[in-house]
Amino acid sequence: MSSQYDTTETLDVKGQSCPMPIVKTKQAIDDLEAGDILEVVATDSGSISDIQGWADGTNGVELLDQVEDSDLYTHYVEKTE
Amino acid sequence: MSTDNQPKSVDDADPDAAFDPAELQALRERVDELEASLADNDTGDDQKKMTIVATQGSFDMAYPPLILGSTAAAFGWDVVVFHTFWGLDILHEEKSKNLKLSAVGNPNMPVPNAVAAIPGMDRMATRMMEKKIDENGTATIEELIDLSLESGVDLQACQMTIELMDYDENDFYDGVTTGVGAATALQHMAESDIQLLV
Repeated sequence: MSSQYDTTETLDVKGQSCPMPIVKTKQAIDDLEAGDILEVVATDSGSISDIQGWADGTNGVELLDQVEDSDLYTHYVEKTE
Repeated sequence: MSTDNQPKSVDDADPDAAFDPAELQALRERVDELEASLADNDTGDDQKKMTIVATQGSFDMAYPPLILGSTAAAFGWDVVVFHTFWGLDILHEEKSKNLKLSAVGNPNMPVPNAVAAIPGMDRMATRMMEKKIDENGTATIEELIDLSLESGVDLQACQMTIELMDYDENDFYDGVTTGVGAATALQHMAESDIQLLV
């Protein structure tokens, strides 16, 4: 998948439902460096709201974009600190 | 508008009566003191705390505390889940793999109570639920426990009920905290932003 972001890593959580997309995103972010961008590919429609809520309530991450394409929800999260 | 009642402006104040140096010094000291105590309170940054008390050990009731606990840990919160009474079974390595959904007295079941009471119905209802969970890509109880422990959730097993249920401390998953009681739970609750009883 091509995107406008220079993603450092892609996390595939297709087929997994709440709370896995969030928990796995958090774990993946922990392994990255400040400035890195994580692409999260999910099929859970709740992930749009959940990733927003998680990014809002979590220090050191910024949600750059969310792309909905048929049944695929792709999120771009930057580790800011 | 009359100007008679206008408040005196600062410029009009009697310069001699403006500041008492001693009082000013005392105020400065007081401000320093308050700022220091504020800084002390800030040392815990803005990390939220959550305490969940898990009292139920049925298959369906095991999920909410585990899902909320592991998600809260993903937010970077400090999470304690205090398991007591049947809630202990969630942390019991053997029993957690055999938690059952109750078919009897469950108005959400598509069968009448008289049928639900037939031996084996709980097992069947649980199998159906497990199948749905698998199809939905929902994590298993064991996966959520591993995930919770991995992400730093403090899963606590109430000591009094461990003894009441004739369990052994070694019956629980590695990483589960034992030797804790109501006072420990209350202490965490008092410090928590969120307290839930499940």
